[in-house]
Amino acid sequence: MIRIKKRWEIPESEVTPEPLYRRRREFMQAAGTIGGAMLLNPWAAAQAALQIDDYQRGVVTLDEELTEEADATSYNNFYEFGTDKEDPKRNSKRFKTDDWTIEVSGECAKPGTYDFEALMKPFPIEERIYRLRCVEAWSMVIPWLGVPLGSILAGFKPTSKAKYVAFRTLYDPVRMPGQQRSVLNWPYREGLTIAEAMHPLTIMSVGMYGKTIPNQNGAPIRLVVPWKYGFKSIKSIVGIEFTETQPQTSWNMAAPSEYGFYSNVNPEVDHPRWSQKRERRIGEIFKRDTLMFNGYAEEVAELYDDLDLTVNF
Amino acid sequence: MWLKSAWSKPVVHLLCLLPLAGLVWAGFNDGLGANPVEKLTHETGDWTLRFLLITLSLTPLRQWTGQASWIRFRRMLGLYTFFYVSCHFLIWFVADHSLDPGSMIEDIVKRPYITLGFSAFLLMVPLAITSNQAMIRRLGRKWKTLHRLVYLIILLGVLHFLWLVKADYLEPGIYAIIALILLAHRIGPIKRPGARSSPVTR
Repeated sequence: MIRIKKRWEIPESEVTPEPLYRRRREFMQAAGTIGGAMLLNPWAAAQAALQIDDYQRGVVTLDEELTEEADATSYNNFYEFGTDKEDPKRNSKRFKTDDWTIEVSGECAKPGTYDFEALMKPFPIEERIYRLRCVEAWSMVIPWLGVPLGSILAGFKPTSKAKYVAFRTLYDPVRMPGQQRSVLNWPYREGLTIAEAMHPLTIMSVGMYGKTIPNQNGAPIRLVVPWKYGFKSIKSIVGIEFTETQPQTSWNMAAPSEYGFYSNVNPEVDHPRWSQKRERRIGEIFKRDTLMFNGYAEEVAELYDDLDLTVNF
Repeated sequence: MWLKSAWSKPVVHLLCLLPLAGLVWAGFNDGLGANPVEKLTHETGDWTLRFLLITLSLTPLRQWTGQASWIRFRRMLGLYTFFYVSCHFLIWFVADHSLDPGSMIEDIVKRPYITLGFSAFLLMVPLAITSNQAMIRRLGRKWKTLHRLVYLIILLGVLHFLWLVKADYLEPGIYAIIALILLAHRIGPIKRPGARSSPVTR
């Protein structure tokens, strides 16, 4: 069902005979009529969802119908912009991502504050069609554009002490009005084991549906970990930290008995208050069965061979 | 006073049907968002609680305003509450459980917030059935005792909502506070002196 071209097993030279990812100035020319301010910084204009022309199509595909783009960009859990599903789209319209930087710290040889554009520039953008399963028992199929997280992290030269990677969302209650209420302990935090972070399915996404990622979906850069519940795929990332111990994560801090560190999609382990056996695919009325590891068991199950998934939920 | 006028009931009927009309209109105009089942479930649940709170407000309103006529609307508001809770239940039974009673019962037994919500719905059935004049006459004094179940129902309803929320307790919290105020009003010592016996004197 899932077809992954295992390009990470092929020498780099064979895969990319020429740079597939054209530079930003070039794809801006294709964007044509977009205003001057945006030309200076196309990522800053994420709210206009710019076309991304050059990416490797179908690096990971799925024989399932894509969720309507309008649904995937109007039904969002992004509490930084409000707790109702329609809030993020409405309240993020004026959110600017100009001069976005990412602070890299912790157990690595190359910590520092990285300019987001410069950081992403060397990597070809890949299209990866993944299922997204929310802990609330709904799901989507989204064509992400992104870069394997492992490729990015390798550049920071993590040390042998780097056992986990912690991520942090922007904290700015003026730009993110949802943070004016302490619904969660801001800033939003997430984390992965180093093995999960380096797994070839894990990506940093900068776009979806052939465009830059809309604000309500986590502009300008977000994590996508398709075998975990959606809340693990942290949005609008400004911080990456390599740690030796398991980092704190927002939903786990809010309700430790309900949201574990791993939060792998698992139909056998219910949320304490509701079942995880079934899910409603957005666009459908009736529910369908939820798949182990969201259908990615073949690729990721081995990561958890030594773990009791009922305890480490 | 407009409360007593002949057109006040038709107006209240129209107001009570507005939420339904809004949902039907939204349904035909792509207004229910990406997850229409969830939207309809949440909206009908919200309106059930709102109608229940309005229904429970009539007795305090009678006492605070000295207008006995508020009570004219109690039965219809109660029945609209039952109408919205029935929609709420049916959407959940059809869309979440594909009309499978076994799957529904499993959910009711296993999920405390559903146990509470379903109990509240079940308790509302006898109240709806006994809301006509004939049943009121037949049951006599027992009718009043039976309909005190509504105090339990509102508590179950509010707990049902509080228990299913992930992190944002604002809306169920507001309902809970209003419910507690309305219930507190019914406890003797909090009542204003004289309010009980002669509601129309002030």
